[in-house]
Amino acid sequence: MTGAAASPPRQLPVSLAANPMLSSWVRFSAEGQVMVSPGKVEIGQGIVTALAQIAADELDVDIGRVQMIRASTAASPNEGVTSGSLSVQQSGRAIRQVCAEVRQIFLELASQRLGVDANALDIQDGTMTGPGNISTSYWELAADVSLERRATAGAVPKLATQRRLAGNSVPRLDIPDKVFARPRFIHDCAFAGMLHGRVLRSGVCAAKLVAMQEDGARAVAGLVAIVRDGSFAGVVSETEAGAEAALQALRRGAAWSAGETLPDEARLAGWLKAQPVESTVIDTRTTPRTAAASRTMRRQYTRPYLAHASIAPSCAIAQWAGDRVRVWTHSQGVYLLRADLALVLGLPVENITVEHVEGAGCYGHNAADDVALDAVLLAKAAAGRPVRVQWSRQDEMSQAPFGAAMAIDLEADLDAEGEIVDWRHSIWSNGHAARPGRAAAPALLAGTELANPFARTISTNPPQANGGGGDRNTIPLYDFPCWTIESHRLKTMPIRTSALRTLGAQGNVFAIECFLDEVAAARGEDPVDFRLRHLTDPRAQDVIRAAARRANWKPEPQPGRGHGIGFARYKNTGAYCAVVAEIEGAEDISVRRLTIAVDVGEAINPDGVINQIEGGAIQATSWVLKERVRFDRQRITSNSWSAYPILRFSEVPEVQVEILARPDIEPVGAGEAAHGPVTAAIANAVFDALGVRVCDLPITRDSLIAAMEASA
Amino acid sequence: MPSIRFRLNGVETDVDADPDSSLLSMLRGRLRMTGPHFGCGADECGACNVLLGDRAVASCDTPLWAVAGREVTTIEGLGNEREPHPLQQAFIAEQALQCGYCVSGILISAAALLARNPNPADAEVRAALDRNLCRCGSHNRMVRAVLRAAQAMASR
Repeated sequence: MTGAAASPPRQLPVSLAANPMLSSWVRFSAEGQVMVSPGKVEIGQGIVTALAQIAADELDVDIGRVQMIRASTAASPNEGVTSGSLSVQQSGRAIRQVCAEVRQIFLELASQRLGVDANALDIQDGTMTGPGNISTSYWELAADVSLERRATAGAVPKLATQRRLAGNSVPRLDIPDKVFARPRFIHDCAFAGMLHGRVLRSGVCAAKLVAMQEDGARAVAGLVAIVRDGSFAGVVSETEAGAEAALQALRRGAAWSAGETLPDEARLAGWLKAQPVESTVIDTRTTPRTAAASRTMRRQYTRPYLAHASIAPSCAIAQWAGDRVRVWTHSQGVYLLRADLALVLGLPVENITVEHVEGAGCYGHNAADDVALDAVLLAKAAAGRPVRVQWSRQDEMSQAPFGAAMAIDLEADLDAEGEIVDWRHSIWSNGHAARPGRAAAPALLAGTELANPFARTISTNPPQANGGGGDRNTIPLYDFPCWTIESHRLKTMPIRTSALRTLGAQGNVFAIECFLDEVAAARGEDPVDFRLRHLTDPRAQDVIRAAARRANWKPEPQPGRGHGIGFARYKNTGAYCAVVAEIEGAEDISVRRLTIAVDVGEAINPDGVINQIEGGAIQATSWVLKERVRFDRQRITSNSWSAYPILRFSEVPEVQVEILARPDIEPVGAGEAAHGPVTAAIANAVFDALGVRVCDLPITRDSLIAAMEASA
Repeated sequence: MPSIRFRLNGVETDVDADPDSSLLSMLRGRLRMTGPHFGCGADECGACNVLLGDRAVASCDTPLWAVAGREVTTIEGLGNEREPHPLQQAFIAEQALQCGYCVSGILISAAALLARNPNPADAEVRAALDRNLCRCGSHNRMVRAVLRAAQAMASR
């Protein structure tokens, strides 16, 4: 069954080139199991199931035999961080290539053993059979095959039509555990002798701990230790309730310095534009013009700081043995976290083992890494016992990094026909990435609090080649003749920012797609037609047509109801996504329906893709209608669910998702494709219903009134 | 410490504890019942919901004294792989979650709904789950799963 297939890949997939040993990805047990070891981690996106499907397909084994190993610095391939919708692209391709080669190695050995040509052998559920009932299996041969060898890129993965599982909605492997409440989350891990820790933090941003009375905490039953190093302070207790009580006592006896002044949240765009910045020209295009500009349209769009607001507060467990420490974490990057821990501790990385355990849904660089360092520091005082640290809801909502606020200026020069002859896009924003493990200084919160502190990492932006940060999705996919794209990254960071789902793409797609709508409307042209006319990529046109068709574009206007469209190709290299939003309302907007078409290339697990798109669309609706980090001049005030509301069941729109079938195109991720297009589609639908352009997110009663007043 | 007695998933349970301490802390701590999850500690998210009698309550905000002599049901008591509750089967069938941290509390709220209204409409399911937060955006799948479970229970 090796059969004819596509020509071999010329080079190894990126993750495999970085981790070329076959044995680091795949092993067989004599008991009939395949252990697959990705470097990417489960963060609620279902990646483990998709990767298991790929492995089972390529090896021809039942998926029930595939055991997915959690990432650990002790043994896993180093695949950096699980982010950017790259896990299927990177881990999936590597596993597919590895399994193709492993299959070939085993077939060759089976062919020798059985004395028949490898082409005469068939593999079914790991058993290789040939003429005359001869057979062997991966498990029989495993002891005689060394996978301690480097991948060669010579093996050829199956054709799409030869795969049995890819393209099928295999049920997720982790869901039974979760509905039957079998402990699977790090929060639910209990180790022998485990202690509980809590860290003391001030609500005042960047305040220093000046004095701390310990008597109250010492009187709490079960106290094991009070830890203090500069402004980092915490307690360790025999019980979780004891740790909470000791922390409360410590808080009562703590004195803090004044902190750093925060911006005025009512004048955020002005503040962003007044800060010292690093300016970069992201892209320019010039074409000899066919028409002169006769007028210019301008708009400023803004997006607030957004919170990850994970449903679980971050949690980690750490245990020291001499000068070695072991850490259990829901970090997105075990090796990157290890690198930063080594910097803070002044230890070689070999002394630190970081293992992934699932946490709640993760939408970017949240507090997972911060709490891991907290646990490591507190566990130093635990005499070798494991210490579990969990943040409070308040700290989760106020101390974790936020998605950066953005001010976005768009200008279009139009000719006499209202066609775009020049396009300018400028962003002012903090950087969208301050992840651990990437700089000379650690990016972990407690590192900035120690008596010998590390400077706080000012967020930067990944280069455009990696999708960009604040500038993500700024370069138009539309065929405008000229453009200038600029990014102004702030060099001050009073409010901590880092990677949140889509980085700058949500803000930029919102701005571009709303502005385009306005340009089309000024010409009296249908916004779908206008987009199609300015796109040359057929995959882009296809998703727009598919979403429009499914939504019966454009439905007749009804009072108080509107429809809008939004489109983007995530990062300009990932999934294509078009959305038609139907909204209702006058003062309070409700989103009734989102009709979505998406092209992710090969959809390994279609229901998984739909689940990710649906989830992204609903989360984006929450961002658009509800979310805004609130603060006064000293502290983040939106530190509870009542102060930072998110979309509730009764407010969630109907979501319809159509996947365009592209089984022969390399797969890309789906987790971030919907946010930008959904945001723009809702805002455009608001215009359709009410005739007002809301350019400041979130779209609330207040922002609607402000937009109406501005346009009056 | 006074002794407090209640039924937990059908089993008589005695604990010596501060009556003002939270039910969640007792469940997750001494009783090693990790299905109810800590989310906020302030009855704002529903991740720690349990049934107290036939009502869904936030166990983080329920003092132990309030459960004395009562029946408490956690997700563990709702069903297991051998004897699953129709809601659990339906959540698997609909693949009705992403991360799943909120799901034990949502199953409990849904169980309370179906006990009092075996044939709810879509909007009634949403109203019953409105105090439960889901951050991954799995709401519509969960609503479909609850409706599926209601059908399955009606046809038994």
